[in-house]
Amino acid sequence: MSEESKAYAIEARGLSKHFGSLVAVDHLDLRVPRGRIYGFLGPNGSGKSTTIRMLCGLLTPTEGNATVLGVDVPGDTKALKSRIGYMTQKFSLFGDMTNYENLQFIAEIYSYPRADRKNRIEDLLVRYDLADRPNQLAGTMSGGQKQRLALACAVLHKPDLLLLDEPTSAVDPQSRRDFWAKLFDLADRGTTILVSTHYMDEAERCHRLAILDRGAKVADGTPQELKANTGMHVVEVLADNPFAAQAAVSEVPSVASVTQLGVRLRILLPDSVADPVERVRRALDAAGIDATAELSAPGLEDVFVAVTLKPEQLAA
Amino acid sequence: MNSLSRLAAIIRKEVRQLRRDRLTFGMVVGLPIIQMLLFGYAINTDVRNLKTAVANEAGSHLSRQFVAELGKSQVASIVTYVATAAELEEQLRQGRVSIGIHLPRDFDRRVVDADRSAVQVLVDGSDPTILGVANQLRSMPVRFDSTAPEPRRVDNIEVRPYYNPERRTPVNIVPGLMGVILTMTMMLFTAVAIVRERERGNLELLINTPVSSAELMIGKVVPYILIGMLQLALILAVGEVLFNVPIRGRILDLYLAAMLFIAANLALGLVISTVAKTQFQAMQMTVFVLLPSILLSGFMFPFDGMPRFAQILGEILPNTHFIRLTRGIMLREASIVELYPAVISLATFTVAAMTLAALRFTKSLD
Repeated sequence: MSEESKAYAIEARGLSKHFGSLVAVDHLDLRVPRGRIYGFLGPNGSGKSTTIRMLCGLLTPTEGNATVLGVDVPGDTKALKSRIGYMTQKFSLFGDMTNYENLQFIAEIYSYPRADRKNRIEDLLVRYDLADRPNQLAGTMSGGQKQRLALACAVLHKPDLLLLDEPTSAVDPQSRRDFWAKLFDLADRGTTILVSTHYMDEAERCHRLAILDRGAKVADGTPQELKANTGMHVVEVLADNPFAAQAAVSEVPSVASVTQLGVRLRILLPDSVADPVERVRRALDAAGIDATAELSAPGLEDVFVAVTLKPEQLAA
Repeated sequence: MNSLSRLAAIIRKEVRQLRRDRLTFGMVVGLPIIQMLLFGYAINTDVRNLKTAVANEAGSHLSRQFVAELGKSQVASIVTYVATAAELEEQLRQGRVSIGIHLPRDFDRRVVDADRSAVQVLVDGSDPTILGVANQLRSMPVRFDSTAPEPRRVDNIEVRPYYNPERRTPVNIVPGLMGVILTMTMMLFTAVAIVRERERGNLELLINTPVSSAELMIGKVVPYILIGMLQLALILAVGEVLFNVPIRGRILDLYLAAMLFIAANLALGLVISTVAKTQFQAMQMTVFVLLPSILLSGFMFPFDGMPRFAQILGEILPNTHFIRLTRGIMLREASIVELYPAVISLATFTVAAMTLAALRFTKSLD
């Protein structure tokens, strides 16, 4: 094992997957450092799940390869399974079994040391706030509870790498915050976590993230790096009539995108434009719209909009 | 070692889930009993007392005597008398009677004329069984004088119904019904059990664990083999108690045959599970196999009487071979060794289906 692959839990080189004529993942290069939370940010259908499935050996890549925990993919991924924890998008534990039975079953199929099984399960029930309901049928729990059970099952065998496929899509914000606290705790103990999401606030919490769009990686880095390197000015407009303001601003040459957030508009212009705020103000004044315009720091949402812009939007 | 304990874990899980699934559990026990009662009491191929209408246009002493004889036979039960052949046809068409007996005006003369038939029997041929029974009427003698001694009929061919001398239908039905019930439950249970796991996403979780597809499949199948054995015992008990169906051969042979047959059906269920996307599709496919298993296996109709094409289809079905085994063992006191062609066919089918299932299963995500 080279020094480099020791530093990275996952290294993917030109990973591609075609389903017939559909290109689900397009030449993806990826480096996920060990002991970090790495985010996959992208809309539905951007290839997040397909990539995760290729990385754990469930799908065979059409092209390219990867090294996951020192194991070649595609290749003999059997050895990998006991070192990976996988949490599916949909709740996939057994609804007609109790929490304890589910954990017990997982412990059995991972051949977790028999002597320590009971302790481990009880410890997990406590750590994932399920200690008061070991005998409740899993199918009768709330979304947040199910998700905690799923995470407990995914980490029961102490995997080095945790793959989470949109783990919080069916969960309320409070449960999501709790869930992320658990993830940070796991990362602190040395677990590498790859998590896919389409929530900006979740992406913001990742140590590093890759933004996927239609199967291709369009940006990657730390959230700070991504925000610093958008190549865009962000002008924020506050207007009483944001709809009219949007119409006026959209006409301005070199405006790449306008996004409405309540009464605010976030306007992206390439950073080659010298006077972004003035341009926007002139357009608003010309249309007789009462509004303020100020330069703003890019957020992840702006990054996402910027990197997924189509070429014709930039050409203007 | 780990592989065995994983297998045990899956079996434990299956049994646990099965115990909580009241509907399935009810089907395990209820289905065989209900089917046995339904088929056992309802199906009767030895039909008697068919509703009959008579049109006696001759009106002679001889013709009246013939009709009286007819009424005494257990085959026909005369419910009405009409005047003409046309009225007979009307009775038949309206479904009031199954048989119409027409004695023409010149009945007496026809009886002595060997070239002409004296009696015309109109049969509702829309039911093949009735047609078969009505044919028995052809052998009824017509006597000229009731006081004369019984004319000696010389039979060139004597038919002796071996193994079921009383011609009781349940004796024929129950061994075959065993196959039908097991086909239905075994195939359906396995197919649905796996497709359900896929629908609920359990499978996506399981294939990411060290569980191999072989462990998963065997683990899912083993509990159902036990259930199949339970059902077999239930069917045999009901057959013995209610219908007095004999088990003349060795009961161990019967269980060996059943074990093989259950394995074949479970393998088929596994194949279905790799094709079906939803539980509903799995059920549809089960019915697709079940119907020929009833109609082409020799359960309903004699295998020898089927056209070549249907026989070839029938030979593929596990139930065909199982029925040969059960009828052989239960009724003809044959040993399973004597019936080796059926055993080989079942084993071949099982291996082929298992291989196909294993090949398809690993690719089920790609």
